[in-house]
Amino acid sequence: MQGLAGAAACGTVLASSGRAGPVAASPYRPQFFDAAEWAFLVAACDRLIPADASGPGAVALDVPRFIDRQMDTPYAHGAQWYMNGPFMAGPDNLGYQLPYAPRELYRHGIAGMNAHAATRHGRPFAALSAALQDDLLRAAERGSLVFGDVPSATFFEQLLANVMEGAFSDPIHGGNTGMGGWAMLGFPGARADFMDWVDQYGVHYPLGSVSISGERA
Amino acid sequence: MSTDARRLDPVDVVIVGGGWAGCIMAKEMTEAGRSVVVLERGSDRSTASDGAYPASIDELEGNFRYKLFQDLSKHTVTIRNNSRQVALPYRRMAAFLPGEGVGGAGLHWSGVHFRIPPDDLRLRTRVIEKYGAKFIPEGMNLQDYGVTYEELEPFFDRAEKVFGTSGEAYKVNGQVVGKGNVFSPSRSDHFPLPALKDVYTAHLFRKAATEAGFHPYSLPAANASRQYVNPYGAQMGPCNFCGYCSGYACYMYSKASPNVNILPVLRRHPLFELRAGCNVLKVELDSDGRRATGVTYADAEGNTVTQPAELVILSAFQFHNVRLMLLSGIGKPYDPARNEGVVGRNFVYQNVTTSTVWLDPKVETNQYVGTGGGGVAFDDFNSENFDHGPLGFVGGSPVWVNQAGVKAIAAAYSGGPPGTPRWGSAWKAGMIDTYRHSLRIDAHGTNMAYRDVYLDLDPTWKDAHGQPLLRMTFDWKDNDIRMNRYVVDKIGNVAKAMGARRVHLTSREFGKPFDTRQYQTTHLGGGAVMGTDPGTSALNRYLQSWDVHNVFVIGANAFPQGTGYNPTGMVAALAYWAAHHIRTTYLARPGPLAG
Repeated sequence: MQGLAGAAACGTVLASSGRAGPVAASPYRPQFFDAAEWAFLVAACDRLIPADASGPGAVALDVPRFIDRQMDTPYAHGAQWYMNGPFMAGPDNLGYQLPYAPRELYRHGIAGMNAHAATRHGRPFAALSAALQDDLLRAAERGSLVFGDVPSATFFEQLLANVMEGAFSDPIHGGNTGMGGWAMLGFPGARADFMDWVDQYGVHYPLGSVSISGERA
Repeated sequence: MSTDARRLDPVDVVIVGGGWAGCIMAKEMTEAGRSVVVLERGSDRSTASDGAYPASIDELEGNFRYKLFQDLSKHTVTIRNNSRQVALPYRRMAAFLPGEGVGGAGLHWSGVHFRIPPDDLRLRTRVIEKYGAKFIPEGMNLQDYGVTYEELEPFFDRAEKVFGTSGEAYKVNGQVVGKGNVFSPSRSDHFPLPALKDVYTAHLFRKAATEAGFHPYSLPAANASRQYVNPYGAQMGPCNFCGYCSGYACYMYSKASPNVNILPVLRRHPLFELRAGCNVLKVELDSDGRRATGVTYADAEGNTVTQPAELVILSAFQFHNVRLMLLSGIGKPYDPARNEGVVGRNFVYQNVTTSTVWLDPKVETNQYVGTGGGGVAFDDFNSENFDHGPLGFVGGSPVWVNQAGVKAIAAAYSGGPPGTPRWGSAWKAGMIDTYRHSLRIDAHGTNMAYRDVYLDLDPTWKDAHGQPLLRMTFDWKDNDIRMNRYVVDKIGNVAKAMGARRVHLTSREFGKPFDTRQYQTTHLGGGAVMGTDPGTSALNRYLQSWDVHNVFVIGANAFPQGTGYNPTGMVAALAYWAAHHIRTTYLARPGPLAG
């Protein structure tokens, strides 16, 4: 079941799902996401990067924790984006034009996903079967859902980007627990010295990953 | 704003922007005995503080939170594909990643360090000689630089020695001396350092390109293949192929940067002063607008300050230089309707597409091993190295494997072969296969200048200081799309010779507009170009404003059209070229430089 703090935060939602939730590697109490949002995030992460024969899934890699921690960075407050108005819609290829920072995209997007789940299936996203969750995620990815003035594809891209970051960034940021993301990829992390490996042509690198904090896999 | 500004004591030279061009000019001007102030709007930076291992080996902070890049919340541009559209702000980093802070983009660049093909410098003349004037498509503003390779050669050589560039020459003083690029012109000296070792993918590419009948060579790289001391006494360590060049300050002191190769010496010079956190608002002109009197800037505390100076050098990033000229009224703004005026004219980009080749699953390509400037290229379809006559387009592309170190988040984003879902188990399997067993080949091509592609000031959006943003009007054109498609097709021959399991050739598509959401390259150029005709260039061939003689503008803004090569080597050579003429002629007799 859910990691301890996570289960406490969203136990009622999971209890109603009727299926075993994915298991987080570390107990964690979210700071930004409320119980319903957290339940969505954990369930969505589990579908975007499921545990399988290739390696661990996003939940075991603590990607939800990574995203929750990111919400407290300047990035999530939109501090790195040009956020001056006026805000005008334009062709997609001219890029993002909404007045929302990542925190707001999550708030709008998760509420929208849960509303669509409730309308279509009578239950929140986290309580749906994996197949129905995938259908909703694909619909969001295609942009065929509308969450007020946030196109579902905009929210989906925000989520997918942060999920990838959480699974494959240095564990110092709260995801990629045990460097499991790097191990499945064969990425040596912060080793950052291949002086003696440049011309070892075609050979598998024998050393495990290391992290910025000195952890070894 | 200038009227309430605090007025400082005059200096000889004020330089806007602390990147490669600004630091080279500051070094040259202090050597000439002039007092210099460099104004940099970003923060002060050094390898010791921003490149320290292991904290700097952080892909999230480096490539995804853009720790060392321009703060778009304060300054950005607006972009549209054509002048009928409303340009919209570039709100998030994506298509291009301009730098900010001391060292500029020179702190977090990759290190590919080219000269320029001699034919590119006189491309208009060369195309007319070979194919006739009618060969130039309607609406293309094809121009010459007004300077020759022979004139620039000593300055290319100087820049390579300062940067500690690794490479293998083909011809030195007319004699064939090595296995370098057979299409490259003669050099006055060898590269200061031997070429870097080939990573595995570059090794495979070299072999396959040779089998396909092309002429591969080692990319010239400002990533030191050995320990090196440059002519200023600055020291570099040997590159260890860590794979953290682009987006990072090199913790090994191996990648050339203003911070490693010039500033350690410059910072100690009594005539040099660096002021970080100072955003220049405009160049001040005298009453008749013919002479600059200094610059006005907002300092880190928000005070407005005027720094009087005898000589003003703009050496910010390409489009910031153009914007500052427009904000200051230096040179006539470009009018696309009449194809007249020069500031904003000939704005160009670079035409890069990346193809992917999958090898046998038993082969590990070790893509995390890398160096930003290293790799193997061929120039058989670059510049005027091939006959354009039957092809009907102007321009070309070098083709290369430049494995700069592919890291984990980037691998996840790239995903699997075309057709693979972007998430879920199929994505995982495809992404892991791609990371472990594939390699990438770039067509790194030219983008020509067009009458309706230009820069001007945006009527709506403002920066943090209330000044108008720069507006880019840009789209891909038929000529450049056809060039890209022709060259990318040749990559197929190389992939075949590699025994590829699978190939995905990526080429530019007709009718698909420039997309600001996808990273392409930060190699923007033009907008205030050099030349010999004041009707078509903002700067003379010494990079001096035609209109305001004590303003020199150094950067890729001076390129009349795009080149297939990375721009930094050319920008550095132009800086040394301009500095040479300022030192030998201008300082003694300030005025328009003739000839």
